[in-house]
Amino acid sequence: MYNFEYEKPSSVVDAVAALASDEAQALGGGQTLIPTMKQRLASPAKLVSLSGVAEMQGVSADGGLLTVGGAVTHAEVAAQASAYPALARMAGRIGDPAVRNRGTIGGSLANNDPSADYPAAALASAATVVTNAREIAADDFFQGMFDTALDEGEIITSVKFAVPQAASYQKFVQPASRFALVGVFVAKHADGVRVAVTGASEEGVFRWGEAEAALSADFAADAIAGLSLDPSGMIGDLHGTKEYRAHLVGVMTKRAVAAAT
Amino acid sequence: MTKVSMTVNGTAASGEVEGRTLLSSFLREQLGLTGTHVGCDTSQCGACVVHVDGKAVKSCTMLAAEADGAEVATIEGQAAADGSLNAIQAAFQEHHGLQCGFCTPGMVMSAAALLKDNPKPSEQDVREYLEGNLCRCTGYHNIVKSIMAASGQDVSALAVE
Repeated sequence: MYNFEYEKPSSVVDAVAALASDEAQALGGGQTLIPTMKQRLASPAKLVSLSGVAEMQGVSADGGLLTVGGAVTHAEVAAQASAYPALARMAGRIGDPAVRNRGTIGGSLANNDPSADYPAAALASAATVVTNAREIAADDFFQGMFDTALDEGEIITSVKFAVPQAASYQKFVQPASRFALVGVFVAKHADGVRVAVTGASEEGVFRWGEAEAALSADFAADAIAGLSLDPSGMIGDLHGTKEYRAHLVGVMTKRAVAAAT
Repeated sequence: MTKVSMTVNGTAASGEVEGRTLLSSFLREQLGLTGTHVGCDTSQCGACVVHVDGKAVKSCTMLAAEADGAEVATIEGQAAADGSLNAIQAAFQEHHGLQCGFCTPGMVMSAAALLKDNPKPSEQDVREYLEGNLCRCTGYHNIVKSIMAASGQDVSALAVE
């Protein structure tokens, strides 16, 4: 890993100022960024740690809205997001326990790994990503593999989830990396069902519109029995072909509907 | 260079580190605490697990600067001052929970973190908690058995193959 300057501000304002310099990069829990830097795939001149920013901590629930601070770890969401059980369970199965003690929701969303779990949760939940500058709807936030609506130096300060009536996240893990080979988050809201898929597409997380329409009409696993996804545009690699992933999306969607609570 | 100060196994420790200095490097190279092992250096194997403010973390994937001001616990602090093993270490010895021993510091530290939150884990709980700790010798059965035994549970019925 190339050396860099390290800074640890204690407020969002100071963090934004620290990130204004050339080649500066925000550091969440570092569970992706540090391995990436070790491989020299990233070499920022400065890392701005967000772990000391008190206003980005904390999980709170209020009237059907769950707010998670941008620097909250997966382990904290797993333990504290009892107002949204499907989200807590999802967070409790990211990576492994030691990774969950460091990795953060803001880091995961900002990175938008095509196999990460949080993007599916945020998209299915119609979450709102709150930054130092604005609020971004999940539908506008994710813009393709490792790409988001965030501007340079913009920080995710919190994420607001509208707690659905019922939801479940079902992940088929790639057995070596434990990342999602395919993960499907199904959320039944008052105004319809949202189905968000991670791990499968070359474009990163996406909503499966046909399944949403079918499940909004009839929230039962059988409602999508006749549907299939076009394998073109799916990820195909040594862990699974495009066709395999397209098939798995249907299987995991049905499991998620059956398990939704 | 940045000055960092932390408490390691109950003793104050400090040093000058670069931004890129990993917690594992600081512990091993500057404090001489080489019980924390670096296996993969890619946050997969868990040989480097230590506790930071009571939570298990992979010290190869945390900057030393991020641990400034923290309470850090490593394998060196697990035994009593007179060298007598703690319950987890003793169970690993009793139930043959190691062969080459390389992964053992991480296994013991992960086990300690698990038992702190879940004093009577099921076998499934133990196996799930060890998802981020790799052992290439034992096949895990005796590690699971050791941790179950350390929690005071009867392990006579556990798989022995």
